[in-house]
Formats: sequence, structure tokens, C-alpha cells
Amino acid sequence: MTTTLTKPTAPEEAPPKRRAKALRAGGQLHAGPIAYVILALFTIGSLFPLVWTAIAASRDNNRLAQTPPPFWFGGNLLDKLELAWTDANLGEAFFNTTLVAGISAITIVFLSTIAGFAFAKLRFKGRGALMLIVIGTMMVPPQLSIIPLYMMVAELGWTDQLQAVILPSLVSAFGVFFMRQYLIQALPDEIIEAARVDGASSWRVIWHIVFPAARPAMAVLGMLMFVQTWNDFLWPFLVLTQTGSPTVQVAVAGLGRGYTPDQALIMAGALLGTLPLLLVFALFGKQIVGGIMQGAVKG
Amino acid sequence: MATRHDTAVPPTKEGGTAPGRAPADVPPSEAAKRRDRLSRRWQRDVRWSPYAFVSPFFLLFVAFGLFPLIYTGWASLHTVELTAPTDMDWVGLRNYTRIFDDEFFWNAAQNTLTIGIISTVPQLVMALGLAHILNYKLRGSTFYRVVMLAPYATSIAAASLVFVLLFGRDYGMINWGLGMVGFDHVDWQLDKWPSQFAVSTIVIWRWTGYNALIYLAAMQAIPQDLYESAALDGASRWRQFIHVTLPSLRPTILFTVVVSTIGASQLFGEPLLFDENKGASGGAEHQFQTLGLYLYEQGWINQHLGRASAIAWTMFLILIVIGVINYVISRRLRASS
Repeated sequence: MTTTLTKPTAPEEAPPKRRAKALRAGGQLHAGPIAYVILALFTIGSLFPLVWTAIAASRDNNRLAQTPPPFWFGGNLLDKLELAWTDANLGEAFFNTTLVAGISAITIVFLSTIAGFAFAKLRFKGRGALMLIVIGTMMVPPQLSIIPLYMMVAELGWTDQLQAVILPSLVSAFGVFFMRQYLIQALPDEIIEAARVDGASSWRVIWHIVFPAARPAMAVLGMLMFVQTWNDFLWPFLVLTQTGSPTVQVAVAGLGRGYTPDQALIMAGALLGTLPLLLVFALFGKQIVGGIMQGAVKG
Repeated sequence: MATRHDTAVPPTKEGGTAPGRAPADVPPSEAAKRRDRLSRRWQRDVRWSPYAFVSPFFLLFVAFGLFPLIYTGWASLHTVELTAPTDMDWVGLRNYTRIFDDEFFWNAAQNTLTIGIISTVPQLVMALGLAHILNYKLRGSTFYRVVMLAPYATSIAAASLVFVLLFGRDYGMINWGLGMVGFDHVDWQLDKWPSQFAVSTIVIWRWTGYNALIYLAAMQAIPQDLYESAALDGASRWRQFIHVTLPSLRPTILFTVVVSTIGASQLFGEPLLFDENKGASGGAEHQFQTLGLYLYEQGWINQHLGRASAIAWTMFLILIVIGVINYVISRRLRASS
């Protein structure tokens, strides 16, 4: 596109090479060496704390109380990982967190897809107003609601029960908004109309047209919600105890207590708690990046 | 849903499968009746199913979002103890006067504001610069984008715990680095500004890449011909960034400012876990206690849920004020451009 434009429009302008380069600014220009240097710095900055978590986990308190701090792995990594696993009850915590994040992500994706479809493609009275409410709720942080929720949990005797964490996490205005944005452009009106003319019910339309069309966005939303629920801290911290049925975050946060906490152990726990998500990002990073950017454009 | 009653449904015109109704004097055949019934069900479906599709979200929101939020306001007018959350004694506005008289409330409000500024401004500026670079043609651009998102995948707990060590006073990597270039060691726990800076660093580390991706998405949506005409006018790359990129990004920047402001106002896990004693006071001198921590301290350490509700409701009102200010600014900006 740009090359076809440069040739006819400005042929007589002096240094043609420079002109062509300037015309390709903003998105098309190749990055210079400085850009790569900055990117390298950001890459190191992003990854270093994670790598150093593993380095610290492979040492012990003595070595971590010396200068200079360790820059390379010691020999304790497997021991410390094992110790953290048993000490923080991480096996159960992983099971709990997978359950919580899995149920929450699947439910949010399902509910967000049907609601997003209704907002994107169906006409009904009050659609605009209801969508405004959805967007408005995105601005209200859920933390402000924790006190009555805590009272409810206490009243129902749900302390240390996973449904206390799952149920409040199912409210996701972002999910509805995200699926709506995707379905507006991904699902042609004609297909729905054609199905309607054939007498398909709304549920048939959802099952046979909306779900297949929305699959990529559903996958991305599912991953984002899984990450979010997995990392959730405040609410699980309040209603789950470390000795009861903690999530990974609650268990890991509990590692750092005592008068002389074993720093390597804490780092091993932090590493174990992060590893599954880093794995997901390593495998599906491209899709997640695409999903975040797609959800952002019309935000 | 219970609302699907056919009596309220007027005949709709777009019924594709609806056959013409049989004339009234001819008794309709069984097949025609069946078709008629089907078509009525179809119309009901078209009319009511949208509400059925959006209702689960709204039911959940009312149960776990709206109702608790309003009930927080109600609870804030009562004395409620953590040990007996269902016993509520009406005290009017006393919870509010109590917290407004508490110097630690104002301290927490101030800390929330300063940590919010220290964490949000550099974060968004760096994200903007990073997005600009990522918008170039790059070798391995996907790699960089995924790497920038790795901190976002790291939980608050894991990130805070490793930064506690990196910011350690005696043996931390950061003080070691400062020592190498000839600076004195900084007490990142006890001193007010260093501790706030350290807490902000955790936030910045986790969110810069995410915001960069959002900016990058918005930059890629800017029409190419805007740059072309700017270049034809002889604008340098810097001037193009100032006069084309930034104005086009204005709604996105506003969006990220709002989201980051809300996030900053709720800050809890980072200062809790950054404290060496993992206490709710935000350091020995409350030097980095945020409103979120103060709420937790009042509600769960001092066991005054009523007072904690008053804090939550105050935070909510502050957010509304911020929201209104934001709305006014964005309208001004739109009007001026």
C-alpha cells in the first residue's frame, strides 16, 4: 500500500530514499538498534525477577544473607520445591485452585458468550441501557463489596469452602463486553437471519452458529479469566485459611511467616505457584496477546 | 425464565415460518394448528430469549455486586463485630466520624494517593514508549509481546515476595547494585518514600507490559494515511508521535488511566506482602499502609466490620468523584478537538 503511494505522489522531491522512509513511519518502519536495546532492557526487566525467584529457591538462608547476592543456581532447587510442596500443602492448593479457576472460567465464558451475543446481535427493548449498566459495573471494583459477602459466607458457614470463592468470581462485566465486541464483527447478521428463516430457535442459533463462530474469543477469554481467578488474592485470603482449603495464592502467602522464615522456601513456593501460568503463557502467549489487543481496540 | 408468558406477545411481522392464518370460517386442520402453535412459540422465543441470555449476568451481578455494595452502605451505619456479623446496632454516622478523626485514615488516604501516582504515571508513560517501539517492524515481535506479559501472569503474592528480597536492606540485589555504583544502602522497608517506591515498583512491573499491549492495539488501529500526510508536511517522527499518535490514542489513554486509578485505589496484596511482618499496618510506622490495608486492619484485625464498611463506602464515593472528574475532562477534550 505504502509503496504504491510513494512512487506517483512525490517523484520530484529531493532525496527519494529519505522521503520513502519518512512515508513509512508509524507501524511500517523497521526498528533501529536503539529500539532493540530498549526492548532487550525491558525483556531483562520482565524476566529477571522470575529467573531470580528460581535462583533464590535453589539456595538457602545463609547464601541469601551474603553479598553479593547469588546470580546463579545452587543445588537446593529440588529439595526446596519438594519442601514447599509439602509445607504449604500445595498439592491440595493446586487442586483447589484448578477447580476454582476452571469452574469460574468455564461459567464466565458460557454466560458471557450468550449475553455478549444478545447485546451484539439481538434487538430488544432496553438493550442500550442494559449495556451501559454492564460497562458501568466494570468501573466498580469488587473489593468494595467484600464486607457483606463476608457476612453472607459467615452466615452460611461457607468459610473454607470453595463455593465461597467461586460464586462471587462469576460476575464478569469484562467478559460480556469482550464477547460482544468480538461477535459484532465475527458473526454476520445474514447467517442468523438465515437460521431464523429456517425456524431455528434461539438455543439452536446459540449452539450451532454462535458457539462455533465465537470459539477463538471464548478460548482467549477462558484463559484470561483462568489467570485472573488463579491469581486472585484478597477474597480467597479472607474466606479460606491456610490450613483449611487454601488456593495457591493463600498457601504461598502463608509461607513467609515466622521469626526466621526460610527465604529459599518462600521463593520455591512462589515459583511453584507461578509456573503453571507461565507454562500457559509460553504455549498460548500469541493467542492471549491477540485476545488482549482485540478486546482493547474499542475499549 | 418465568417471564415467558405468551399473553403479552403482540403478533410480530417478521415471522419467517409463520404461514398465513387459515380463514376463520374454515376449521383449521391439525397440521395448520400445529404450525400455528410452533410459530407462536417462535415469536415468543424471538421476543424473550434476549432477556434470558443477559439475565444470568445481571442476576449474578445483583447478588454478588450490587446488593453487597448497597448493603455496605447500610452496614456502615451500624456497629458490626467480626465475631458476630449478624448483630447490627444502629449508630448513625458515628463510624464515619470515627474514621475521619483517625490520623491513620488520612495517612492511608495520602499513601494511596502517592503510591497511586508513583505507580501509575511511570507505568503508563513507559507502556506508551514500549508500545511505540513494538509498533515498529520487529524481528520476533511476538516473542517480545509474550515476554512483556509474563509479569502479568505472575501473581501478586509471588511478585511481592520476590521483590521483598530484591529490595532487602542488607543483602538485597538492588542495594548491592546501588553500592556498586557508590550509593549508600537504602532502607526500602522503614523509610517512607523508598518503601512507597518499592511497593509501586511491584505494580509497575506487573502492569506495564499489559498496558503496552493495549496501547499497541490502539496504535495499530490508527489509519496509515494520517502518518503519510503528516510525513508529506515534513513532520519528523517525534512530531508525528506528538501530533498523530497521541491524539488518536486519547480515548485509550483515558481508559487506561481510569482502570489504573481504580486499581491503585484498591491496592492491598502488594503492601500487605511487602511488609516484612506480613501485617496489615503497612510497615512499622504505617509508612506504606493503603486504604485497602486500612480497611482490612479495621475489619479483620480490629474486628470492626461496621467501621470497615464506612471505609469501603468512602472509597466508593471517592471513586465516583474521580469518575465524574474523568467524565468532565473527557468531554472537555472531545469538545476542544
